[in-house]
Amino acid sequence: MTALPPPSAKKLGLVIDLDTCVGCQACATSCKEWNTGGYSAPLSDFDPYGADPHGTWLNRVHSYETGDGDTSRTVHFPRSCLQCETPACVTVCPTGASYKRAEDGIVLVNPDTCIGCKLCSWACAYGAREYDYADGIMKKCTLCVDRIYNEHIPEEDRIPACVRACPTGARHFGDLGDIDSDVSRLVAARGGYDLLPEMGFKPVNKYLPPRPKRDASTSPLARSEMNASEPAHVTGSALEKLFAFADKLLTR
Amino acid sequence: MHPAYSVIVFTTLSGAGYGLLMTMAALALTRSIAPDTRLGVVGLGAAFVMIATGLLSSTAHLGRPLRAWRALSQWRTSWLSREGLASLVTFVPAGVFALGWIYFGTTSGIFGLTALLSIALALATVYCTAMIYQSLPTIRAWHQPIVTPIYCVLSLATGSLLAITVLRLFALERPVLVGISVALLVLAAVLKRIYWSTIDSAQRTYTVGAATGLGRFGDVRPLDPPHTQANYVMREMGYAIGRKHADKLRRITVWVGLLLPALLLAATLVMPPLPATTATLLAVVLCGFGVVTERWLFFAEAQHVVTLYYGAKSA
Ligand code: SF4
Ligand code: SF4
Repeated sequence: MTALPPPSAKKLGLVIDLDTCVGCQACATSCKEWNTGGYSAPLSDFDPYGADPHGTWLNRVHSYETGDGDTSRTVHFPRSCLQCETPACVTVCPTGASYKRAEDGIVLVNPDTCIGCKLCSWACAYGAREYDYADGIMKKCTLCVDRIYNEHIPEEDRIPACVRACPTGARHFGDLGDIDSDVSRLVAARGGYDLLPEMGFKPVNKYLPPRPKRDASTSPLARSEMNASEPAHVTGSALEKLFAFADKLLTR
Repeated sequence: MHPAYSVIVFTTLSGAGYGLLMTMAALALTRSIAPDTRLGVVGLGAAFVMIATGLLSSTAHLGRPLRAWRALSQWRTSWLSREGLASLVTFVPAGVFALGWIYFGTTSGIFGLTALLSIALALATVYCTAMIYQSLPTIRAWHQPIVTPIYCVLSLATGSLLAITVLRLFALERPVLVGISVALLVLAAVLKRIYWSTIDSAQRTYTVGAATGLGRFGDVRPLDPPHTQANYVMREMGYAIGRKHADKLRRITVWVGLLLPALLLAATLVMPPLPATTATLLAVVLCGFGVVTERWLFFAEAQHVVTLYYGAKSA
């Protein structure tokens, strides 16, 4: 059924910390790896070693630059389905293949009934749905529905693959419907926000803004006593000369 | 938005087919023509063939065409589902109406009722088609209340033009219908001009700052893309057409595709039969070309908000 269920008490989703994300693409590759064998399987690729390699991915990591001069900064920005509360992607679906789960709010595509009309991808504001040209159906983030409830894998793995893979802990998974959950507290503490709230889809996933930049007076790097002294390797000892020689030789 | 040829062919062909069906039914209802068998076979036959071809071509757009029947189930929320359902339901009264006209040689009584139902359902189908686009908040150029009237007027304009052609092939002259068709073509041109000035002046309220939430830090510029080659989202939603190119096609649509056929059609009122039929056929060709161009532009000019993540400043 593409009619939306009544709002669920449980709202599973992700909180993504743009302050700590380093844009390493670990979440994206881990997602691809898990999901090409999981619920969304396959995630087809085309021309992988040719001139126009492209394929279906459920998570994309952009890098943006904001501000100018001293105030400019680089922000890495992972983008995947936000498991919206009132998404148009579900209601436009003519077959009922797209649906929002009443029990936890996860938005899924039923691979057995999707006809590949692509209308849901037109209706999503966030580019979160990628059509699989080989499979002929729509693919999207499943919030690793086949991991988070999976009793056949160790308990610490029962979180989305992207969250498990993130080396900087920039991705958090939890129940955003529960105001006392860790993720909800994090959102409250850090001023987590919605993407394109004017669109009215009410995303469940939240983004944490990069922290304010430290200015010169508070930055530890700017304080002179913290400045690193000259590297100590130029003492001129015979051993050091030998290492320098070897280094030169090897890097040739 | 990427202009999908199967969808362009579908909306043009079936739009004209439904228009032709509506015109034929209206002619029968107003008793403007007698239910001649051959006329029925050609006129209604052409309408059915165009509608069916259009519907079939629309399934070419699907990844899994054999599952198309599933699209009839979600009419409670989905305009695409409603369109599919309406298109199929229309065949019922239209079929009975055609049976009355062609087989029983009558369009009155119960067959008159089916004519009325055919008009209502055909119009509903065209309306649903347009609503598929108009209902999407993610595409500003489509999310305009003028989109549905344009689809309906274009369907009636092309359909009435086809009906005039069929009548002329049977040496039947209906000046009132010609007048209506000319008026519809001119109206379509006027509505398209209003549409373009609306989308050109529409406030682009969605920004890359709001899409990323980074607007608070100032100007947001893409630094590294998430992928080196275009992905599905870019291929499907990232299509953009140059302003100059679009302007040229807009002029072609209005002048060559709509106003020139209107002029030709008006001129046929004072022409002898043979030149009149030739001019009508020419009008059909020009108008068909015009509507295909219009549909192509409808996609090519439509910017999707997701382009904000890929370098667009506002949408
Ligand atoms: S992000 Fe897109 S695909 Fe995901 S629920 Fe929202 S509208 Fe649907
Ligand atoms: S592509 Fe599949 S899931 Fe998306 S709207 Fe069409 S049938 Fe529904």
